[in-house]
Amino acid sequence: MQVNETFTPTIVAFCCNWCSYAGADLSGTNRLNYPANVKIIRIPCSCRLNPMFILRAFQRGADGVILCGCHPGDCHYTTGNYYARRRMTLLFSMLDFLGIEKERTRVEWVSAAEGAKFAATMNEFVDTVTKLGKNKRLEDLRCAK
Amino acid sequence: MREMIKAKAIELLENGTVNRVLGWKAGEFFYDLTPGIFTSREEIEETFEYSVFSAANLSKYLIAESRKEGKIAVFLKPCDSYSFQQLLKEHRIWRDRVYVVGIACDGMCSMDVIRDKGITGVTAVEEDGENLKLTTLYGDKTIAKADALLERCVHCKSRKVVVFDEMIGENGEEIPDSHRFDMVEKLEAMTPEERFAFWRGELSRCIRCNACRNVCPACSCEKCVFDNDKSGIAQKAAASDFEENNFHIIRAFHVASRCTDCGECSRVCPQNIPLHLLNRKFIRDINELYGEYQAGSDMDTKPPLMNFTTDDCEPSVVYERGGKV
Repeated sequence: MQVNETFTPTIVAFCCNWCSYAGADLSGTNRLNYPANVKIIRIPCSCRLNPMFILRAFQRGADGVILCGCHPGDCHYTTGNYYARRRMTLLFSMLDFLGIEKERTRVEWVSAAEGAKFAATMNEFVDTVTKLGKNKRLEDLRCAK
Repeated sequence: MREMIKAKAIELLENGTVNRVLGWKAGEFFYDLTPGIFTSREEIEETFEYSVFSAANLSKYLIAESRKEGKIAVFLKPCDSYSFQQLLKEHRIWRDRVYVVGIACDGMCSMDVIRDKGITGVTAVEEDGENLKLTTLYGDKTIAKADALLERCVHCKSRKVVVFDEMIGENGEEIPDSHRFDMVEKLEAMTPEERFAFWRGELSRCIRCNACRNVCPACSCEKCVFDNDKSGIAQKAAASDFEENNFHIIRAFHVASRCTDCGECSRVCPQNIPLHLLNRKFIRDINELYGEYQAGSDMDTKPPLMNFTTDDCEPSVVYERGGKV
C-alpha cells in the first residue's frame, strides 16, 4: 500500500507562451528548484484554456491543475487573460459546487521576469496537492495506471 | 385561452401574414405536448393543442425555421421569450421571418408532479380557475394548480413576455422574489463531501441521452464537442463517474451567462436530474461577482463571460468565500 508520505502528485501547469512559459524558463536558467512532477503545457494565451482541458487533465491522472498567465493588463493579446479570469473563477466555483476539492485548481499570474515566483508557486502548489492526496473525485477509472 | 390561441393561429394563416405556425400538438400521451408545425386550418383544428402541459420552449426551433421560405408564427410564453431574445441577440434567428405571438402564462404543470401526489391513471386534465379537474380511471379529482406546477414555474422569475408582435392575455411583470436560488444556497451551505455525495447521487443516474443538450435554446452550436466519437467522452461510460461530471460541468459552462434559466433541461431529463441547479449556480455566481444579469432580457448588454472589467475579482475568490469548507 502506498503511504501518503511517498505520494508524489502529478501536476499539470498550463503556461501562456508570452509570460509564464518564459518565467518557467527563467526559473530554470536561474537554477531554481521546483518539483519535477510539474508537467508544463504551453498554450498561446491563458484564455486558450478550454475548461475541458482542465477536466481532461484530471481524467488522465492529474492531481492538480494550475493555469499561469501574464498579469492582468499585460496580456500579449491585450485582453485575453481578463476573459480567462472570469471563466476560471466560474469554473472553479462550479467544481467546488460539485464537491471537488477546490485546492486542486489554481490560477497564478507569472510574468517572464518572475522566475522565482514561478518556482515558489509550483513548490507551494505541489505541497498543497500532496496534502490533499490522490485525485479521486474526477478520475476516470479507464485511464488509471 | 386554448380557443383564442387556435383562432389566432388560423387567422394568421388565412390572412397571409405567415405560411406556417409553430405550436404544440399531442405527443404519445395527452400530457406530453410536443412542438408541431401547422400549415392549414384543418391541421390546426384537429391537432393543435394548448393546455397546462404546453411547457415546451419553442424558441430553439426558430433557428432552423426562420431560415426557410416565408414567415412563421410562433407562440411564446414569458420564459420562452427570454430564450428567443437571447437567440436574436446572438444573430441565430432571422427576426423578420418570425411573427411572435406572446401568451400570458401562470405556470405549466407536470404529470410527474401529479403522480407524486399519489394520483394515477389520469385520462384528462381540465383547467378550472385556480384548480385542475382531473379525470382518472378511479374517479374524478380536483387539485390546486399550484400543487401540480413544474419546479421552474414554482420559482418563476418573470411573467413578462419581453419580445412580441402581439399579445394574447395580459403581459405580466418580472418577479424579483422568486426564491429560485434557494436550493443552490442550501447546497452551498453543505460541506464538500455532502455536495459530492449529493451530485453523485443525481448525476450517476444520467444515461447520456443528450436530451438536456438538444432541448436547450442556449446550446445551439452546429457542431458540439460531445459529438466527437474519437474523444472518448461521446457516450456514457460504464466504469467511471468522470463521464457524467465532465459532461454536466461542460454543458452548463458552455451556456453560462447566456442561459436564461428557462428550466427545459430539468423538464426533459428522463432521469429527473435537477440540471437547472448547475445553471442557476453559474447565474448566481455571475450575479454576485459581476453584477445582476438576466440573459435575454434586453438586446444590448454583453453576456458577462464575453465581457470583463479590469478590476474583476481574482479566481482565488472561490477559496475565500466563507461557509463552504
